[in-house]
Amino acid sequence: MQITGARMVIEAFIAEGVDTVFGYPGGAIMNVYDEIYKQSGFTHILNRHEQASIHAAEGYAKASGKVGVAMITSGPGFTNAVTGLADAYMDSVPLVVVSGQVPMSLIGTDGFQEIDAVGISRPCTKHNYLVTDAADLPRVLKEAFYIARSGRPGPVHVDIPKDVTAQIAEFNYDVELDLETYKPHTKGNPRQIVKVMEAIAKAKRPLFYLGGGIINAKAAYEVRDLVHKTGIPAVETLMARGVLSFDDELLISMLGMHGSYAANMAMSETDLVIGLGVRFDDRVTGKLSEFAKNADVIHVDIDPASISKLVNADFPIVGDVKNVVNEMIEQSGHINPDKYESWRETISHFDELHPLTFHEDTDRLKPQWVVKRVGELLGDSANISTDVGQHQMWAAQFYPFTRPNQWITSGGLGTMGFGFPAAIGVKTACPDKISINFTGDGSILMNVQELMTAVERKIPVINIILNNNFLGMVRQWQTLFYDKRHSQTDLSVQPDFVKLSEAFGGIGYRVTTKEEFDFALKDAVEKNIVTFIEVVVERFENVMPMVPSGGSLFNMMLLEKKETK
Amino acid sequence: MMTENSERRVVSVIVVNEASVLSRITNLFSGRGYNITSLTVAPIPDSKYSRLTIVTSGSVRVIEQITKQLHKLISVLRVYEHADLVEKEMALVKFPITENLSDVNTLCEAYNGKIVNVGENVVIAMVIDEPKRIDNFLAVIKRYNPKEIVRSGAVALER
Ligand SMILES: Cc1ncc(C[n+]2csc(CCOP(=O)(O)OP(=O)(O)O)c2C)c(N)n1
Ligand SMILES: [Mg+2]
Repeated sequence: MQITGARMVIEAFIAEGVDTVFGYPGGAIMNVYDEIYKQSGFTHILNRHEQASIHAAEGYAKASGKVGVAMITSGPGFTNAVTGLADAYMDSVPLVVVSGQVPMSLIGTDGFQEIDAVGISRPCTKHNYLVTDAADLPRVLKEAFYIARSGRPGPVHVDIPKDVTAQIAEFNYDVELDLETYKPHTKGNPRQIVKVMEAIAKAKRPLFYLGGGIINAKAAYEVRDLVHKTGIPAVETLMARGVLSFDDELLISMLGMHGSYAANMAMSETDLVIGLGVRFDDRVTGKLSEFAKNADVIHVDIDPASISKLVNADFPIVGDVKNVVNEMIEQSGHINPDKYESWRETISHFDELHPLTFHEDTDRLKPQWVVKRVGELLGDSANISTDVGQHQMWAAQFYPFTRPNQWITSGGLGTMGFGFPAAIGVKTACPDKISINFTGDGSILMNVQELMTAVERKIPVINIILNNNFLGMVRQWQTLFYDKRHSQTDLSVQPDFVKLSEAFGGIGYRVTTKEEFDFALKDAVEKNIVTFIEVVVERFENVMPMVPSGGSLFNMMLLEKKETK
Repeated sequence: MMTENSERRVVSVIVVNEASVLSRITNLFSGRGYNITSLTVAPIPDSKYSRLTIVTSGSVRVIEQITKQLHKLISVLRVYEHADLVEKEMALVKFPITENLSDVNTLCEAYNGKIVNVGENVVIAMVIDEPKRIDNFLAVIKRYNPKEIVRSGAVALER
């Protein structure tokens, strides 16, 4: 079939089963937008900023497990999208992002809206292409989708000059991919798996260390099975929330800088770390030389470069977590869960000593209460996105997650402004679930224009703004480590969030009591349009426990003990 | 990591011959703070691949990361981190014609080279040897007032 490059993009998307594209048009990508106008194979959602398009595609990808797709124009359209690409790269989110470029004849001339897009996206994508001939497009697009979703997933950027989108060439998408240089290793070494199971059987205090790679590998239910068969307790990273259900007796909690006391102590006392789809991020490990100091380390990951990068793996296994865990389950017959009873008791004691909790000791609502309350009212029926800051950590600590892909957050890059557009993508992917975005009074303003997208496309995201009138997380560090010099973090001057939402056609509530909050949430769920619920919360609440940056996991600042809860 | 012993290593990388591949490699080194002492690149005859020879330095862990990160690039076919290898480098040196050219020529011969070009005012000498020996050669010829020196960077093959 002889068609234009622009048409090829449409045909490739349809062949890949894409149902939603997030984007924003402009000069260099107009030929493709013209084809979008003519087709009916997928929906295009017009965000109001290119960064939001990428985050929406990320939210879509994280909630659905499919490749997210976004489209943008050259120059400023592309540079606006860079934060999103970097975010997706850090969190291994599968995306295909197509950008327009100036015509080939203008490349290198500082043409209008010309920027070296592939030069900029190179360090923040898994791979990228500048397409110089429409005849290459079918192959490039097919490779892009394959590379994005396979191996360790990630964003792939395809930059297409305007004249290439007008060029006519043969389109055949039924070609076998021949990627000689890219062959992800998916099957773990069987002999190594045998050794690993022997090590587990020998260990006295083994600990599962579960990471976001499990969610990418769609292996959460297999991991649940393995954890239950072995009776070995588990900690989760920020990205792994929902791998185990919150009420699983073997789930300790999240570990790391704001992990629970029990989770961090378990990691410090274990004699065998069983790392699945993790990358030993510094926010997880604290001081490396003290991390799991007395333990051997098993590390299963699809990315060989993650293994022994920061912590030496005694038992490295390169492979898809799902395959490897299935193998481990098969060989788990000789592991007796009773053996770890006293270890589980030790961990329970840690948890009794310093449980993950908070005090309701001021007149104002506590942000943690809000998170817990949403959990009680909505639980499994909601997907939870967040922005970045204290509210993000409280959401991770206190929401009762029940399933993988329920939790959508920006972990690696920590991008304020992620939450709202991501929640739009989440709602698009999972229309039957309520889409909640826990956000802060700082973060929400970083993509607030998405109110318009949500109103126009009737995407009923409920934004719960935990308003502490601060860039709270930075304020917390200033309070603790900068002698209370709250430099440029006081957000006393604020918009009227209710009116702001209403100005776009959404609804808004400002709540200061528990009763008001319950009413607002129930009402918003019923009204089913985009919502701001501004919750006035205690200003000076700190996220606890806290491992100071660079400190050892077991040296935590803890919540003060009090009688009342 | 900084305190671990830093070693010189030669890494060969086989890459797909495409427009942006060299910048993918050099971006990786600069972005992750790895050293490049020298880098050579040329197409492999009768194939769609090129071969890069990179001389780098770092601790054992850093070198391991370098090879893994290189391998992770989609355009990279293979990465060899050489232990036992034949390594050669070329240097070209311009001398004033007024120097003692027979001495210069004799020295060049000791380093697998000779005078390869004679002009009105200068001669150009070429030597090919192991990079360490090229260092020696360049130290020794200082007294003949070399005007310009160019080194090719190392190429290497596993024995
Ligand atoms: C784009 C961006 N800029 C700056 C930061 C640094 N930062 C991390 S948390 C934070 C404060 C966020 O404030 P808010 O959204 O109100 O959340 P809170 O911590 O108060 O819950 C800042 C400024 C960031 N993560 N992302
Ligand atoms: Mg705030």
